[in-house]
Amino acid sequence: MNEPVSESPQPLLHLSTPPHIRQSESVHTIMLSVIIALIPAFVASMVFFGMRALALTLVCTAAAVGTEALLCILFRKQLSTSDLSAVVTGLLFAFTLPAHLPFWMGAAGSVFAIAVVKMAFGGLGNNLVNPALAARAFLMVSFPAAMTSFTAPAHGTMFGLSRALDGVTEATPLVYFKNALATGNFHPLDLQDAIGSLLVGNVGGSLGATSGIAILLGAIFLLYKGIIRFRTPFSFIGSIFLLSWIFNGTGDVLSTEAFIVPLYQVFGGGVMLGAFFLAADPVTSPMTPWGRILFGIGCGVITFLIRKYGGYADGVCWAILLMNFCVPILDRYCRPRPYGERKKRE
Amino acid sequence: MFRSLGFRGGIHPPKYKNPTADSPIEVLPPPAKVIIPVLQHTGPCASILVKRGDRVRLGQLIAEPSSPDSAAVHSSVSGVVLSVANFPHPLGAHVLAAEIENDGQDLAVETAGIDTPWKEAAPQEIVRKIFSCGVVGMGGTGVPAQVNLLPPANNPVDTVIVDCTGCEPFAVADLRLVKEHTDEILTGALIVRKILGAKRAIVVADSSAADVASSLSDACKDEKFHDLSVALVRPKYPQSDEKILVRTLTKREIPSGGTPADAGCAVHNAATILAIARSVLSGTPLYQRTLTAGGPCVSTPKNLLVRLGTPVRNVLEFCGTDLQRTKKVVMGGPMRGSAQAELDAPVLKTTYGVFAFDTLVPGVRNYNCIGCGRCTRACPMRLSPAYLMRFTDKNNVIDAQHWGVADCIECGSCAYVCPAKINLVHFMKLGKYRVKNAAASRAAPGAAA
Ligand code: SF4
Ligand code: SF4
Repeated sequence: MNEPVSESPQPLLHLSTPPHIRQSESVHTIMLSVIIALIPAFVASMVFFGMRALALTLVCTAAAVGTEALLCILFRKQLSTSDLSAVVTGLLFAFTLPAHLPFWMGAAGSVFAIAVVKMAFGGLGNNLVNPALAARAFLMVSFPAAMTSFTAPAHGTMFGLSRALDGVTEATPLVYFKNALATGNFHPLDLQDAIGSLLVGNVGGSLGATSGIAILLGAIFLLYKGIIRFRTPFSFIGSIFLLSWIFNGTGDVLSTEAFIVPLYQVFGGGVMLGAFFLAADPVTSPMTPWGRILFGIGCGVITFLIRKYGGYADGVCWAILLMNFCVPILDRYCRPRPYGERKKRE
Repeated sequence: MFRSLGFRGGIHPPKYKNPTADSPIEVLPPPAKVIIPVLQHTGPCASILVKRGDRVRLGQLIAEPSSPDSAAVHSSVSGVVLSVANFPHPLGAHVLAAEIENDGQDLAVETAGIDTPWKEAAPQEIVRKIFSCGVVGMGGTGVPAQVNLLPPANNPVDTVIVDCTGCEPFAVADLRLVKEHTDEILTGALIVRKILGAKRAIVVADSSAADVASSLSDACKDEKFHDLSVALVRPKYPQSDEKILVRTLTKREIPSGGTPADAGCAVHNAATILAIARSVLSGTPLYQRTLTAGGPCVSTPKNLLVRLGTPVRNVLEFCGTDLQRTKKVVMGGPMRGSAQAELDAPVLKTTYGVFAFDTLVPGVRNYNCIGCGRCTRACPMRLSPAYLMRFTDKNNVIDAQHWGVADCIECGSCAYVCPAKINLVHFMKLGKYRVKNAAASRAAPGAAA
C-alpha cells in the first residue's frame, strides 16, 4: 500500500544462539589486569633485590612466552600468546624464586611450566595445576640447594630484625622461626621487632613474595575489578591465621605475642602471593561458592601442617598444588542446589 | 516509597532500558502483505480455516485452536488470501501460514466483549472469551493465556503477578504500554485476579523506570484499583522472568519442571494483560502488538504498534535501518531473541522486539573455559553453566541432569559475562535436548537409539 517497495537485496544474515550482546571483559583483559596488579610487587622486588630481580623476572617471562609461541607454531595451533596468560605465568613463577637463582634454572622452570604443565594438557583452561607452582615444585626437587639459598635484601637483613643475630645465616623469616621453635630459642619479641620489615618486604625470601603490602595493593585492585573473589584468598589466610594463633608456640592464646605469631606466619612467607595470585587462579580453583571456601581452608591447613611438622619451611606451594588436585571433587560435593529443585523427602 | 526487591545472580547490561524508553508508541503502517503462521504459541498448531482466494476481514478468525492448549489465530489485515502454504517460521522449520494481501481498507469484523459485566461473569465464561481472541504470553513465552488462567483445582493460585518491568534490556515497548494504557492494564490485572480467585494482585515495576512506577502507583490510588499493590524490583536482568519474579516477590520457588501455579502464583506480563483486558472488554482479537525496534544498525529506534505477520524488513525499514551494514537480525531481545535467516520473517504474537546488529557475537569458542566462575555467579537459577557445558560436551547426561540443566531458563546471563566468550546458552539447549533424548530412550529402549 503506502509501503515503499523494498529494493535493497537481502544482506547475508548471521545465525547464532542468543545472547546477542556480550560483556566487553575477556580473557585478555583479565590477564592484563592481573599483570597490572603484579606491578607493585614487581617494583618492590626491584627495590629490595635490585636489578638481579628484574633480570630474572624478564628471563622467566620471556622463556614462558617464547615456549608457548614455539609450541603453538610447532603444533600448528592458533598462536595463543596474545591472551597474555603466559606472561602471567612467567611473572608469577619468577616471583616465587630466590633472586640469585641462575638464569638458566629460571628459564628451565618456565619452559617446564608452559610445555609440560600447561600446553601438554591442552593450553589455558585445561591445566590441572597451576603452572607457576608446578614449575617451582619442579625446581625445588631438582635443585633444592639453589632454591633455598635466599639472599638478604640490599638494605635489610634476612629475617627483618633490626639487629644481627649470631650464628644464623641465610635463613628466611620462616626458617628462622622454625629453627627457633625447634631449638626452644624462641623470643616472640624478636618477631615483634621484625613485623615492620615483614610487612613492607624488606626481608629475605622469594623475590616477589616478600612484600605483603605491595601484594595487597595488587589484590585490592583485583578484588575491586571482580577478577578475584574474596572466598578463596580470605579463607586461606583466615585459616592459617587462626591455626597459627591457636598453636602459636607460647602456650597462651591471649597474650600480645600470641597475635604476633600468626601475623608473622601470614606475612613471612608465600602466603600473601599464594592466596591472592596463585590459589585464586581461576583455572585451578573451584567455581562453586562453597568449593572455594573449602579450597582456601584446605590450602591454609596444609600450609600450616607443612610449616609446623613438615620438612619445608614454607609449604604454600605444596599446599596449593595438593588442593589443585582436589578441585573437581570439591566442586562435585559443593554443587549448589538449583532453583526449584525438589528437596529430598525425609 | 517502596523498598525495591532483588534476587541473587543476574547481570547489568549497559545503557539499561534505553534508548527508546521515552519514545511514545508509533503505529507502523500496515504492510502490503502479511504472513500469518498458525503456530505462534506453545502447544499444537491451530487448524487453518481459510483457503486461497478467500476474502478475509481484519480480526477474522483464520485458524481455530485445535485443542484446549492451542490458540486462535486472526487476520491482521483485510484482503485476499494469496496462499496457504508452508513458510519459514522465525523459530526455524517451516510452518503452515496464510499469506494475505492487504487491501488497505481495514474492514473489521464486528466484535463485542463478554455479555455480562466481567465482575459478575463466571470465570469460565471470561476465559472462553480470552481463548477465542487467541491471547498468548506476549513476553516471549507464547503460552496460551487460558492455560495459566485455568490451573488444576489442587493448585489454588493466591497471587497474581503483573510484570511491568519490560522483557529485556533494550526491549522496552512494554514500559510505554504501561504508561499509555495504565487503566486498561490495571483492569486486566483485576480481571485475572477475579478469574483465578486470587487474594492479591501485585503489579511489578522496575525501580529505575521511575515514571512507570509513579504512573502505576498514582493509578492505584484510584478507588477502582486500590486493592492492587505495586512492587518495585531492582533493575537487573532477568528480573522479569516468571521464575525469578515469583521468588523475588513471594520467596517461593517454582518446583523444577513446574508452572507458576505450582507455587500458587500466576505471572503475566503487561502486554498479555492488556490483550486479556481488551478481549474481555471489547472482544478485540490479538492481531497486533507493540514491539521495540532497535540495535546498532537502526538509526531511529522506536516503539511500534505492529500488525502480526508484518515482515521484519518493514519494521526495520520504517526505523531507518542500514540493511547493508546489518549482519544479524534478531527477533525478540538481545539476550534471548532468535537470529533470523530472512528479512521476510513475520512478526509473531511473541515478538517483543526486532533488533539489527552490525557485529557478530562469537558463536564459537575463542578460548577454553578458564574456570573463572563468573557464569556461576551470574546464573539466577543457581546453576553452574561451566560444568553443565563440560557435561554436555562429553555427553554426560547423568551429571548434566543432576546439575540441573533442565532448570536453565536460557536467560543468557552466563554467556553474557563469560570472558572466554563461550556460547553457554548453546550448550544449555544442547544439554536439555540430550537429557530429554536420554529419558525418551530409557522409556522406550531401542526406539530412540
Ligand atoms: S545457565 Fe541458563 S539460567 Fe543460568 S545464566 Fe545461563 S542461561 Fe541463564
Ligand atoms: S564464565 Fe566462561 S570462562 Fe568463566 S567459568 Fe564460566 S564458562 Fe568458564
